[in-house]
Amino acid sequence: MPTAHLRVWRGTDDGEYVEYEVEYDEGMVVLDVVHRLQATQTPDLAVRWNCKAGKCGSCSAEINGKPRLQCMQRMELYPEGETITLAPLKTFPIIRDLVTNVAWNYDQARAMPELRLRPADADGNRRMAQIDIDRGQEFHKCIECYICQDVCHVIRDHPENMAGFAGPRFFVQLASIAMHPLDTNTRRATVDHGFGLDYCNITKCCTDVCPEGIHITDNAIIPLKERRVDEFHDPLRIIARKLTGRG
Amino acid sequence: MAQASTALERRYGDTQRTDRWWLEPLLVGSGLLIFVVYSTVSGVLGEYWAFETEHGLYLSPFFEPLIHPEFLPDWFSPAILILWAPIGFRTTCYYYRRAYYRAYFLSPPACAVREPAGSYSGEGVFPFVLQNAHRWFMYVALLFIPILWNGAIRSFWLDGEGIGIGLGSVLLTVNAALLTMYTIGCHSLRHWVAGGLNQFSRTPLRRLRRRLWEIFTIANEHHRLWAWTSLIIVGVTDLYVHLVASEVVTDPNTWSGPI
Amino acid sequence: MADFETHEFDVLVIGAGGAGLRAAIESAVLGQRTAIVCKSLLGKAHTVMAEGGIAAALSNVYSEDNWRVHFRDTMRGGKMLNNWRMAQLHAQEAPDRVRELEEWGALFDRTEDGRILQRDFGGHRYARLAHVGDRTGLEMIRTLQQRLVALGVDVFQELTVTRLLTDGDRIAGAVGYWRDSGRLVLFRAKAVVLATGGLGKIWAITSNSWEGTGDGHALAMYAGADMIDMEFVQFHPTGMVWPPSVRGILVTEGVRGDGGTLRNQSGERFMFRYIPPMFAAETADSEEEADRWYDDRQHARRTPDLLPRDEVARAINAEVRAGRGSPHGGVFLDIASRRPAEYIKRRLPSMYHQFKELAGVDITREPMEVGPTCHYAMGGMRVDAETGASNVAGLYGAGEVTGGMHGSNRLGGNSLSDLVVFGRRAGMGAAQHAAGLQAVPALDSSQASACDESMEAPFRGDGKENPYTLHRELQDLMQVNVGIIRTDSDMRAALAGIAGLRERATRVKVEGGAAYNPGWHLAIDLGHMLTVAEAATRSALERKESRGGHTRDDFPNASGEFAKVNVVVRRAADGAFSVSQESLPAMPAELQRLFEED
Ligand code: SF4
Ligand code: SF4
Ligand code: FES
Ligand code: FES
Repeated sequence: MPTAHLRVWRGTDDGEYVEYEVEYDEGMVVLDVVHRLQATQTPDLAVRWNCKAGKCGSCSAEINGKPRLQCMQRMELYPEGETITLAPLKTFPIIRDLVTNVAWNYDQARAMPELRLRPADADGNRRMAQIDIDRGQEFHKCIECYICQDVCHVIRDHPENMAGFAGPRFFVQLASIAMHPLDTNTRRATVDHGFGLDYCNITKCCTDVCPEGIHITDNAIIPLKERRVDEFHDPLRIIARKLTGRG
Repeated sequence: MAQASTALERRYGDTQRTDRWWLEPLLVGSGLLIFVVYSTVSGVLGEYWAFETEHGLYLSPFFEPLIHPEFLPDWFSPAILILWAPIGFRTTCYYYRRAYYRAYFLSPPACAVREPAGSYSGEGVFPFVLQNAHRWFMYVALLFIPILWNGAIRSFWLDGEGIGIGLGSVLLTVNAALLTMYTIGCHSLRHWVAGGLNQFSRTPLRRLRRRLWEIFTIANEHHRLWAWTSLIIVGVTDLYVHLVASEVVTDPNTWSGPI
Repeated sequence: MADFETHEFDVLVIGAGGAGLRAAIESAVLGQRTAIVCKSLLGKAHTVMAEGGIAAALSNVYSEDNWRVHFRDTMRGGKMLNNWRMAQLHAQEAPDRVRELEEWGALFDRTEDGRILQRDFGGHRYARLAHVGDRTGLEMIRTLQQRLVALGVDVFQELTVTRLLTDGDRIAGAVGYWRDSGRLVLFRAKAVVLATGGLGKIWAITSNSWEGTGDGHALAMYAGADMIDMEFVQFHPTGMVWPPSVRGILVTEGVRGDGGTLRNQSGERFMFRYIPPMFAAETADSEEEADRWYDDRQHARRTPDLLPRDEVARAINAEVRAGRGSPHGGVFLDIASRRPAEYIKRRLPSMYHQFKELAGVDITREPMEVGPTCHYAMGGMRVDAETGASNVAGLYGAGEVTGGMHGSNRLGGNSLSDLVVFGRRAGMGAAQHAAGLQAVPALDSSQASACDESMEAPFRGDGKENPYTLHRELQDLMQVNVGIIRTDSDMRAALAGIAGLRERATRVKVEGGAAYNPGWHLAIDLGHMLTVAEAATRSALERKESRGGHTRDDFPNASGEFAKVNVVVRRAADGAFSVSQESLPAMPAELQRLFEED
């Protein structure tokens, strides 16, 4: 059996890294090794997880400095004998060990506009073509792992921005509301200044780390920025509005 | 092995990444720098460095379309009248923004690597708020596509000799093609063609716009690739035309005499 | 009671999976002060693991479909042991609940003309499952979660409830603790809705997450609720079998619905040998017919790959036992040779991803290896079909923690619909109950302090038992003795084993403090698991026949006598269990007629 050398963050903000050696089996993922550590050496090691299949987004942590799902990182990815560093998400306050307080994300969720659909057709159906919803379906793949929120430098390096910034995960949600074929919210409701879209400088770290492969920047953030341009900065539209006297 | 809480990287550059995260910003930063220096030299020194071969067969893309009003002094390079458009387009391009924010502003230098600046306010404040002008530049950039194709097609026709092909024609054509790919992959154009619609299926026109959007999306997914290849080719073509025009190299071609 | 953080609500919902969220939404809409409590973060519940879809007779794909057909499929799938009224309400209301999800933002895959697309699933006569690729559960939970947030319901996340509180024989609230601090919390409430989900963590090979420890089943029993059908446990036929660390993780039935087939070692499609008489008339008996069925429902009968789950699980089990299994002790599930790669990736994106990432298998090129995995508890708290009310006043339930809806075996796709149909009904029932009460019932503080003490015990004692070890032993015990195939002697061995573990559990010792301490949390959950394991085993001993999710080697056939009864198990205050057989509610003649053609 191969042996893993782990350096795991233990404790709260003033905790420390503790080194462990754990034997593991073929095919194991990092989370399995953490569980084995729990069961054999340190039963109180705090870690969040649920599905162990990359579907719930609970087990986010930073592995060798990169935010990842622990349950989707096979041990084979790391050369045997090299130390693997496991740390909690650094953007959020640490509760203990690998578990952080992600309440800020739930605050952002509460600030999202509510979907308001047009009434259904007479027969009770809401007809929507597949091509009208496939953009939204990409956004709905989000498992709320908050890895993108963690990696985003806007708040990771500048926590003071947390007050006015929804973060990539919620830009994804805004985009899904904005592009819903039957939604009746105004365009401006989804590109409101308050969500902090301007803070994003489209450096794409969120896209790089999203375990669901959502094209957060290309398909959600930039289109939202472009919708803002439509509203406020497009010369042709400005002229058109002047001419028609609308808007 | 105890460490203080600063172990959670509250200092610049601190990261636990073990890969060579600095490589990408380094390469991107150097590449952009080389291009900026080169294009400044080439564009500004225009009058002192031939940029067009005889009979106008090859014209450097930096100078296309050639405008040279009488009232401007001789030393004033006609490229300056043109270059603001592609420069503005590329400077406000979403890809190049990403590239130079990372490489020059170190904001952030790489993902999960601490950025040096003490505070950050994003694209909402001057001068970055000007990035919104990308839409304007995009409209202008669209005009450049037929102009560059025109130059490319012109390069197959030598006055007095007729149709032929030279290395310069090939370069000008590839340049026009890559620039086209770069432009139709533009996020702003992709949005403009149908991204703002929510119900594509409603009318045949909307369906058509959605088709276009799908095509532009294919180009858009590789926007970075087009951004770099079109950048390199435009530099190479420009250099080549200068060299041929100033008779440093001879253009291999199918026409009878040297051009 | 100084060290309890106290809250007061009209309706307290425990569990934030599909059923809990739907119940809380309903209760809030009806104007009751509502709170929802969950062990994990909001939106992480096991519902996200549901892949294939939500069954509802929308008749978008087959206009012949209607609630009666769905009802009939459900009853037959459950081997007629279902509570007929629940099955009826479920079949009638599921379409509205699906449309409601759509109204709240769910984006189901579409038909050509823009309606909700439906897919085939085991035991369903027509393509009936509304779905979103293979991540329907995620869509459902996110939609409900966002609706809940929009309604402003109070959410207590990462809080585990350990006991329900009673005032005489009615519910008065609940006690729990914050997982992050260990701090005790006391809820006073007029009504409680249990929506805690399943108990798969009692078995070693399971698709359930750490949460599936049967808490709700145990809480209900402690509070004096009647439990029915606890012997019926669904072993989903297709779980991953390799590598070991992912053993048990679910492989959606959608793979077979979309054309995948089961094969043994020699490549034989063995399911043709396991068609039971009950389904023979409507199941294809040749490979040619089965393959034709995917496109031609009129002239071909359905493939035996899509028999109800209990049948398929038993067949796989038999093949493996006969030495015809795959290298890692499962069988092959092959879609690679039957559908184009593009189709597979589009229809089953998360399966593709899951096998690629976790097993290094490309399902568009190679077959998967699969085997049965403990997936779902059909049994649970006995509730009233209309309101979700249990026999304890003020205690309501919905979803997997309740029994009756699925009889002895649940059809795929009927779980998500169960959650929203009965989540809503339980929320309504609880809200009406609460509205009828003037004041929150009185609190018996001795109950709360008793919880406090039992929770602290693992820190104090000088025991040496490790909770992880005990849990593992319980899982192995149940897997071996109360697994897919059961016998009297095995189950008696299990009871003895459980008693031994229970005794050792009093000597559990946990390290560390009260803040986010998984070892301690497990020690607390262990008590629930032992209670539930015992109830399931005792019920299984009582049912001397084989039916649905309960197969006995010593009674291999279904018995006419047991076809008429539920096994009911109750736990007395002193911890003693009593088991009895009680007749099923009688189905009205009009519904009975639906089965006469059999
Ligand atoms: S692209 Fe924008 S939202 Fe995404 S990580 Fe970068 S700054 Fe944050
Ligand atoms: S968008 Fe991707 S990275 Fe962000 S929370 Fe969702 S799944 Fe995670
Ligand atoms: S445990 Fe669910 S994503 Fe890792
Ligand atoms: S986004 Fe790059 S050119 Fe417009």
